[in-house]
Amino acid sequence: MSALSIVLIAIIALLAGMEGILDEFQFHQPLVACTLIGLVTGHLQEGVMLGGSLQMIALGWANVGAAVAPDAALASVASAIIMVLALDGGTADSQTAITTSIALAVPLSVAGLFLTMICRTLAIPLVHAMDAAAEKGNFKGIEMWQILAILMQGARIAIPAVALCFVSPEIVTDALNMMPEWLSGGMAVGGGMVAAVGYAMVINMMATKEVWPFFALGFVFAAISELTLIALGVIGVSLALLYLGLKDLAKNSGGSAGTGDPLGDILNDYE
Amino acid sequence: MAENKVQLSKSDRMSVCMRHQFLQGSWNYERMQNGGWCFAMIPAIKKLYSNKEDQIAALKRHMEFYNTHPYVSAPVIGVTLALEEDRANGAQVEDAAIQGVKVGMMGPLAGVGDPVFWFTLRPILGALGASLALGGSIMGPLLFFFAWNIIRIAFLWYTQEFGYKVGTSITKDLSGGLMGKITEGASILGMFIIGALVQRWVSISFTPVVSTVQQSPGAYIDWASLPAGTEGIHQALSQFAALGPTGLEVAKVTTLQANLDQLIPGLAAVGLTLLCCQLLKKKVSPIVIIIALFAVGIIARLAGIM
Repeated sequence: MSALSIVLIAIIALLAGMEGILDEFQFHQPLVACTLIGLVTGHLQEGVMLGGSLQMIALGWANVGAAVAPDAALASVASAIIMVLALDGGTADSQTAITTSIALAVPLSVAGLFLTMICRTLAIPLVHAMDAAAEKGNFKGIEMWQILAILMQGARIAIPAVALCFVSPEIVTDALNMMPEWLSGGMAVGGGMVAAVGYAMVINMMATKEVWPFFALGFVFAAISELTLIALGVIGVSLALLYLGLKDLAKNSGGSAGTGDPLGDILNDYE
Repeated sequence: MAENKVQLSKSDRMSVCMRHQFLQGSWNYERMQNGGWCFAMIPAIKKLYSNKEDQIAALKRHMEFYNTHPYVSAPVIGVTLALEEDRANGAQVEDAAIQGVKVGMMGPLAGVGDPVFWFTLRPILGALGASLALGGSIMGPLLFFFAWNIIRIAFLWYTQEFGYKVGTSITKDLSGGLMGKITEGASILGMFIIGALVQRWVSISFTPVVSTVQQSPGAYIDWASLPAGTEGIHQALSQFAALGPTGLEVAKVTTLQANLDQLIPGLAAVGLTLLCCQLLKKKVSPIVIIIALFAVGIIARLAGIM
């Protein structure tokens, strides 16, 4: 890998690590991180495809409250670098490289999870330093510690990423080629199923008796392959509006007799 | 007093909004987002309080515990700006009132932010981008990145301005009405889309062959009796269009998956998802489930069933 590529990867990894905690620009999402790493290493196409596959798995990974989800940042950055190494090694075909990187992304996301928990603990003395700066009315001090804390989260990903860049591509490719078919095939089968875990996490956050029927509707509508995701989104939004409107209507006419003009009631409620 | 009222200009508020994006930077297990919150408030504190004691008091006031969803925190900081402005202009706003507003708003708002952003908008935009990206299209990542950030930045700025303008009266509206509706609407849309995603993107395919049937003549393409040359290709293609994929071979092979697909396509996927829901409810770690699924995949591959 060229020196320029490594520098660019370090910058991307730093951004991904910072975003892993900030959760604003989404540089840590596989779709963005893998694409960028593909771009700077000359494997844009494969990077985009890896990003797409990983994104499907990571859809439900979100930090809620103080709970920390599997870390998308390390998973996407490190697995993209491994894919690039395998491709640079020459003999591995791109599909195998992508599939293997996906399987590796999962243990990496756990490693990233522990790293971010360490950083979040290390941030405690940093905010104590901020307290001390506040005590003196030292604005610059508070700003400096805040920026340092963010950079620490960035380094969490950037350091392992740069270290990975120095692994010889031949080793990665050889390891891939040595892998028996049942292992790579089995990991591909497993990779097809793991997305279910992410979706289950989302479902558990939102599910109530009331909304389960909408899950069933989404499931059967999706079997109609003519409907694109955008079309499904339109159906979903319409169902939500219809349901909320009708529910309001039922509530209003329950108490009083209503105005006898259901459409008018709905229109009034929108205002 | 009234003539030299301190006011936060639009550029002060923008500067707070900019810094507010780094809210979670010093997230810690002790007081969570407190450092980032104080960092965001600094431009306002500098503008509103000129003497050192007031500045120190304000900084310490904003180092208290705080934690919410990083985007819906924008209206909270808007209201807090309004409160601090009143206080700087001599109104009786106690420390407890400011902390009370922050704590009072962060809970219910996090309850809206998580389902709306993390569990509806990001899965939808992510799935949309990813489905394009799987085909190798650069449009996928671009769409995801730009759509997300345009929505996010607009939300941060406009809700912060909204909070600043309405001030504390926003807190009355939090528990009932509109907030509840937004959460419910987002949950409905989210569940609908997740249902669709489970069908489309959880792939489970059972390979065992259930039956192999010799088809009757005419149900398959009789390759030996086709005329030679392009005429033969033409006939083969037109027969294929009429017969469908089973017309290619004499024997019709039905896999277990084909049988399942006739019932409901994706039945196994939804079963697996519901199983995962149950396991997660029983406090099984998602990582354990993921690793187990890879193990199942390898075993099933070895046994030749998937």
